[in-house]
Amino acid sequence: MAPQRNRRPGFSRRAQYSLFLGYVIAGAGALFGAILLGLSAINPPAYQHLRGGIREVTTPVSSALDWVRRSVGNVPEAIGNYFFVMSENEQLRAEVKATRPVLVQAQSINRENARLRALLRVQDVPVQSVVTARLVNSSASSTRRFATLNAGSRQGVRVGQPVRGPEGLIGRIVEVSPNTARVLLIVDTESIVPVRRAQDGLPALAIGRGDGLIDIRSANVANIPLNSGDLFVTSGTGGLYPPNVPVARVMRNADDASLARPMASPDAFDFALVQSAFQPPPEPATQAEPTPGIDAP
Amino acid sequence: MTPINASRIGAPDPPGREVWLAPVTVMLGSLVTLVPVIATVPFLPPFGLMLLIAWRLRRPDCFKTWAAVPLGLFDDLVSGQPLGSAMLLWTIAYLAIDIVDARLVWRSFWHDFAIAAGGVAFVLVAGRLVATGFTAHVDTVLLVQILIAMAFYPLIALLVARWDPRVAE
Repeated sequence: MAPQRNRRPGFSRRAQYSLFLGYVIAGAGALFGAILLGLSAINPPAYQHLRGGIREVTTPVSSALDWVRRSVGNVPEAIGNYFFVMSENEQLRAEVKATRPVLVQAQSINRENARLRALLRVQDVPVQSVVTARLVNSSASSTRRFATLNAGSRQGVRVGQPVRGPEGLIGRIVEVSPNTARVLLIVDTESIVPVRRAQDGLPALAIGRGDGLIDIRSANVANIPLNSGDLFVTSGTGGLYPPNVPVARVMRNADDASLARPMASPDAFDFALVQSAFQPPPEPATQAEPTPGIDAP
Repeated sequence: MTPINASRIGAPDPPGREVWLAPVTVMLGSLVTLVPVIATVPFLPPFGLMLLIAWRLRRPDCFKTWAAVPLGLFDDLVSGQPLGSAMLLWTIAYLAIDIVDARLVWRSFWHDFAIAAGGVAFVLVAGRLVATGFTAHVDTVLLVQILIAMAFYPLIALLVARWDPRVAE
């Protein structure tokens, strides 16, 4: 391509000044950007109203694209279902018959569990679901891991509420606008979730790595073996995430810290369930009063 | 297009549709993040920046020098990067391209490709440094993202050439 000399203003003073002024404005703009960047590093939720305003406009587009993607993606499945519906019916009937005794057993265990918990005066905080919505797009070009939820403060979504899918924890709400919200995924490098091992309650932290995996670090002192396949669930510590939501499964044997794969695989997010922030019960008050039921053998 | 007037030979072309088309396409490029995919790694190339560079290399006259500032602001609002990062980095890349362009006499496509690769790599690496901590494991993915972006650049350059009214007829 031949050099273009259109930008050389020639001998016109006015044109020369105007070109120079362009560079001055560009330099000032870059400096202004650097200041904004510094402010957003100090206070990440700054400018959330600006971002929220843009999101209000763009999220309907994203939701529509998402709907199209799901509709097209469901066509092969629907055809398959049509042809295999009879055999599936048989299979489901057999399954219902097989699981009925287990269900009865589970019901009685549940009842017994509730009775024992009442005896121990365990205070359960009901975790209420706020809204069921969809995650429609994400920050696919950035190294941060955010997703956009197509429900916002009008639907009752508030900052800090946990978001989970059918398989496990997805993340938490960091910004809210009237009809949309921004979700920090648990695979983001700034997401830390207090977890415990499902088998023995070993406390640990689940820290996002940025590459789609999670670091599990034991919160105890030393030499805790983490085995491949160990399931970690939220512990409820900190009062943000409700307890017993699956978070990640350990991928390889290691001591104290290991890689884990998140249970909720983001590409398969079908529905995202927003729950109310979990608050632990006021423990000092309950511990202060005498509990004769526990002391009695 | 209007027929060429003999008295206007050597004078710059009157502004055509690129005046509004260039910023609009750059903003649409930023909005590619609206694709309904929940990414666990950054795989999407920065289409807005690539369009800005492609327009700049093809038609240096269709942007003001400071155009990268508002376009970068818009990109920051939709990309998930901390606000100000694209404002700063796009402007630096744009001014650097201005300097390189003033030194080069003739540019072939491969010069353009190398300039775009440098600009995109600079913005992505610097954006990673300002957005995520040093301990994050995103560097391999970032390299792949830069390679994907470079693989897309010829397509972007072709699109910009199609949209450029100077050759459209």
